[in-house]
Amino acid sequence: MSTPQMDMAEARKADSLKSARYERLRLLARSWTFMAGLIIVLFWVGCALFGSALVPQDPFNGDLLNTLAAPSADNWFGTDQLGRDVFSRVIVGARDILTVAPLATILGTILGTTLGLITGYFRGLVDESVSRVIDAILALPLVIIALMALVALGTSNTTVVIVIGVFFAPIVARTVRSAVLSERELDYVAAAQLRGENAFYIMFAEILPNVIPPILVESTVRLGYAIFTVATLSFIGFGIQPPSPDWGLAVSESYGLINGGYWWTVMFDACAIASLVVGVNLVADGIQGALES
Amino acid sequence: MTMTDQTSIASTGPAAAADALVIRDLDLAYRVRGKDRQVLRGVSLRIGRGEAYGLVGESGCGKSTAALAAVRYLPRNGRVRSGSILVDGRDLFKLGGADLRHLRANTVSMVYQDPGRALNPSIRVGRQVAEIFVLKGMPQAEAFRRAAEMLRRVQIADPTSVMERYPHQLSGGMQQRVAIAMALSINPRLLILDEPTTGLDATVEAEVLDLVAKLRGEYETSVLFISHNLAVIARMCDRVGVLYAGTLVEEGTTAEVFANPRHPYTVGLLRCLPRRGRRKDHGRLDTIPGFLPTPGAVIPGCVFAERCGLATDRCHQEAPPLHDLGGRSSRCHYHEKASELPRTTPPDLSAQAVVSREGQPVLRVEKLNKSFGTAQHLVQALRDVSLELWPGETLGLVGESGSGKTTFARVLMGLTGPDAGATLELDGKPLAGRVKERTNEALKSLQIVFQNPDSALNRSHTIRRLIDRSLRKLTNLPSAARLDRLIALTRAVRLADRYLAARPRQLSGGLKQRVAIARAFAGDPRIVVCDEPTSALDVSVQAAILNLLAELQSERKVSYVFISHDLGTVRYLSDRIAVLYLGRLMEIGPAERVFSGPHHPYTEALLSAVPTIDGTAPERVRLKGEIPSAINPPSGCVFHTRCPRQLGEVCRSQEPPLLPGAEPGHFIRCHIPVTGLAVDRRELKSAQGAAE
Repeated sequence: MSTPQMDMAEARKADSLKSARYERLRLLARSWTFMAGLIIVLFWVGCALFGSALVPQDPFNGDLLNTLAAPSADNWFGTDQLGRDVFSRVIVGARDILTVAPLATILGTILGTTLGLITGYFRGLVDESVSRVIDAILALPLVIIALMALVALGTSNTTVVIVIGVFFAPIVARTVRSAVLSERELDYVAAAQLRGENAFYIMFAEILPNVIPPILVESTVRLGYAIFTVATLSFIGFGIQPPSPDWGLAVSESYGLINGGYWWTVMFDACAIASLVVGVNLVADGIQGALES
Repeated sequence: MTMTDQTSIASTGPAAAADALVIRDLDLAYRVRGKDRQVLRGVSLRIGRGEAYGLVGESGCGKSTAALAAVRYLPRNGRVRSGSILVDGRDLFKLGGADLRHLRANTVSMVYQDPGRALNPSIRVGRQVAEIFVLKGMPQAEAFRRAAEMLRRVQIADPTSVMERYPHQLSGGMQQRVAIAMALSINPRLLILDEPTTGLDATVEAEVLDLVAKLRGEYETSVLFISHNLAVIARMCDRVGVLYAGTLVEEGTTAEVFANPRHPYTVGLLRCLPRRGRRKDHGRLDTIPGFLPTPGAVIPGCVFAERCGLATDRCHQEAPPLHDLGGRSSRCHYHEKASELPRTTPPDLSAQAVVSREGQPVLRVEKLNKSFGTAQHLVQALRDVSLELWPGETLGLVGESGSGKTTFARVLMGLTGPDAGATLELDGKPLAGRVKERTNEALKSLQIVFQNPDSALNRSHTIRRLIDRSLRKLTNLPSAARLDRLIALTRAVRLADRYLAARPRQLSGGLKQRVAIARAFAGDPRIVVCDEPTSALDVSVQAAILNLLAELQSERKVSYVFISHDLGTVRYLSDRIAVLYLGRLMEIGPAERVFSGPHHPYTEALLSAVPTIDGTAPERVRLKGEIPSAINPPSGCVFHTRCPRQLGEVCRSQEPPLLPGAEPGHFIRCHIPVTGLAVDRRELKSAQGAAE
């Protein structure tokens, strides 16, 4: 049966399909929104990793004789009320938020994926009870809950990661659950049951690889929210703690000075937050578009 | 058609005498990733006034593209490179936007495969049909009256209530009737039917085809009928064109082409089908080796040469012209000896009869009931099904959709537990109802091949992992021996080793189904349930899979429960056949007996609904309506509401038992004794007529 012609034809087919993955990557590379987002994100990641080695001035110790100086050739973004170089602080300020937010997102994704797989796979009573708890959590405003938890647990980067991660888990779980519900109806799940696989194997080895795309999209979107939430918490004093040059913290320390005309103490930090959130969301859009095409 | 009608059509314009559709040298390409992939190569065809023209070919041959081109409704990336299309005498490519819309609204109609998607789900049926008349400028009330009339013409008994409903509240056959009614509402010159009955049951298909044939007579509409089903084309069409890789390889009157094909592809296609009465012990089905060329492939010679047993160097180098054979044509250098196409499988390679009825059956099912839902809304999907399966035997399971075939498979596999009181025995040992409670031994003995390999194979696993995982779970082999088994299995299902590293989507449908079969055979099963394993495949691939199943059976003495709505394939593979209706066993017996009769009236109707290529179908027994809801099954014999031989009160009030039929092992659930069932219905009718 296996004639050479058949093999040739099939090989051609395999080749054309193998290139589908590269095709997807090329599609991403051609999308300017995705590339713009990626460049922004990579820029801030670079700052977080190498910023402290590259900055022109010490971001922590200022020149007290040179406080609230306007942007100039020496201090490109000016100085704050302690005479610290705002440019250096903005660059180094990427570090804490780009540690805390991604960790929180990863935690939320892992927890949420597990929860989603369990509720989607078992359905019935398990699904009903967990889903109602999820609904209840989602009904509460994030920042309020985070505040309460942080007050109870004490503020540190670790607790911020845990609080945001736990809060994001149900949101991720809902996305994963709906993807699992449709996967579960496919016959490969029945085939796995028919060779005696246990539920754990079916969930994580059979179903999980097929629901990765929606998880990927959801967690990128979550990362955007996590950055925003960390910045908010820092701003109200429950997130990243001084003396970190964190952006949210810097905005909170200096926003009172805007009235005095010292706009540069707030403006550049705020722009940094905004650009990072926008960058992450552009990346998320790009990924979603590429996976759906 | 009356005289006045004809004159009124003739007076509608100078083009009235023109052919309904003329396609000339159409070259068409889809632009994919910046490259043109040619899908139609120089297709020319002509459909005269009132003529029905069939277009056949396997999937990917360009049938639907040709249909879409005929209404200039191509996908955005479709591009006509050359050629012309004339609909009712007007050149489609020279029409402006308004003229084109006018043409689509008044001259051409299309009916698609899936009526559920062709109808708007959120608009009531009545409004959707009436809209066509409103667009023609009729007032609302008049439009609704015309819509009701249209629905009546497509034999919808109660148009007013149907018009009040939404599409999802109608069955598939009913939806397709509505779609046909809408298509005919504009009284089109050309009606394009793209696989209109593919998703329907044979009984419903037969009704829809009857309807189309009848309406064609009434409306004098020309029809372009697209189907992969040769028998449907044979029944419906005057002329047929065989499309292969975007090229029309043969054309002629349906009778001539199917009786005496002059192109090797047509010859091959016809040989793939398990024709009437052909069975696995008569020998293998022939197949067409190889695969369709990829779209866009540059083929210097004959498009079919790569797969053709008659091909010579000339065929590979020189594209054959369309030879005119007097009223028919063939695009083959050697058309005069097309029928000599060598077989790809030796015909005498017959499977040895392996059924052994000594000792005990491999499977015994007794009083199997399965119901879903709550006490108020109890749906009895299976009722008192008792049967047994012997080693090496194939039991064919047939019935319309909703008859409980798939439920039976799922219960047998333990995917849903049966109701209490059922006895399931595997090799004489009790078999637990649910898969979780089954022993490893039971799991490996009972495996399944699903209908759709895309769903049954995990798309993120490699072929190697898919098969190896089954071996790991179902055998206790050490890893070295397991690898040997894996290679042996892939060879047994004729899968080249190098596919082991591939993922399912890189394989064609037939190859995927081979992987699924290899997986089912991993643990040396005693029984394999095949749930419509070939219905998603093209005929040439189907033949290869049926051959494979027959071979594996004769080698390994495995038993099959073979579920299919295609009676030809069931007959080819089955030793015994069970007929289900509303979850009840209506007839069970040796395959040839069930086919030759005397049979249950339902079996009779199922058999006569199947169109045949040679047109030697017995007089059709038409069933009225559709399978009743299982929530509220009819009283007495559940079939009495549709039974053409219904006796009267006894059928309405008493459910008949499964009575011995024409030979040992043959049982029929009917009040009419076997001798009565053996009487031909036509004789019966004429006798009744004489009495009246």
